[in-house]
Amino acid sequence: MGVKVIIPTPLRQYVGKQDAVTINASTVAEALSGLTVQYEALRKHLYTDEGKLRSFVNIYLNDEDIRYLQKDQTPLKDDDIISIVPSIAGGLNLRCICR
Amino acid sequence: MGLKLDQKHLDAIRRHGAKDYPAECCGVLLGLDAEGVKRVRDVVPLKNLRHDRMRAEALLPLGAPERESERNRFLIDRAEIRRVEEAARSRGLDIVGYYHSHPDHPARPSDYDREHAWPWLSYVIIRVQAGEPCEHSSWVLADDRLSFRSEEVEVVGGEPGEKISTDARSQRRHPSR
Repeated sequence: MGVKVIIPTPLRQYVGKQDAVTINASTVAEALSGLTVQYEALRKHLYTDEGKLRSFVNIYLNDEDIRYLQKDQTPLKDDDIISIVPSIAGGLNLRCICR
Repeated sequence: MGLKLDQKHLDAIRRHGAKDYPAECCGVLLGLDAEGVKRVRDVVPLKNLRHDRMRAEALLPLGAPERESERNRFLIDRAEIRRVEEAARSRGLDIVGYYHSHPDHPARPSDYDREHAWPWLSYVIIRVQAGEPCEHSSWVLADDRLSFRSEEVEVVGGEPGEKISTDARSQRRHPSR
């Protein structure tokens, strides 16, 4: 029993090449914490050095973005599926555009 | 690691860069990892959400909105990523990277690119100078997130597109400057 966390392809190298990891947790925060304690190398790609979820990293519970639920305090039930989905962002160095 | 794509894929990226100039264009590279080389099988152009300021800000706020816009930032909605990824998987493919343009700037990643990247993926950048697509490069984020390393790009099959845009200004290829 527990919730399933789907691991995005680029991050599977940090979880023994598994495409999903099962975690026992009662909230999204607990699930992500459990995941990154178990797989420490994953942590810096999800969280900043200050411990905040990186701004481009989005968490879905089943088919819903948790920002529209109760954020990381969203409660979980067995067999829920958590997905980690990036918003892809980029651009120029601002110092380059200050002419 | 390396990236291998067909000439037609590169032509599609170049066309997209020219079409969206002076804004940044962006899209997805679909393919498979074959013994350490990511082989691109399809290129999917996507919308730069920075054209829609309110939605983009709600999703990923900018640090200096007075200086940042679709001309120097791109953003792909995570819902689009989910949709494209699901469609790719149904074809036996995966997202192996992303591309975007640097209007009037070199095809080198910025700190902003690095801060928003994940490892393993290929980040292809094309310089578009005064509306003309120029040189391209591909980059992979280091495990420690502190740097990007340049990745070899192999382009196979076909001749470079003679006609790189439907726009009259882009009817001929320009050499990299």
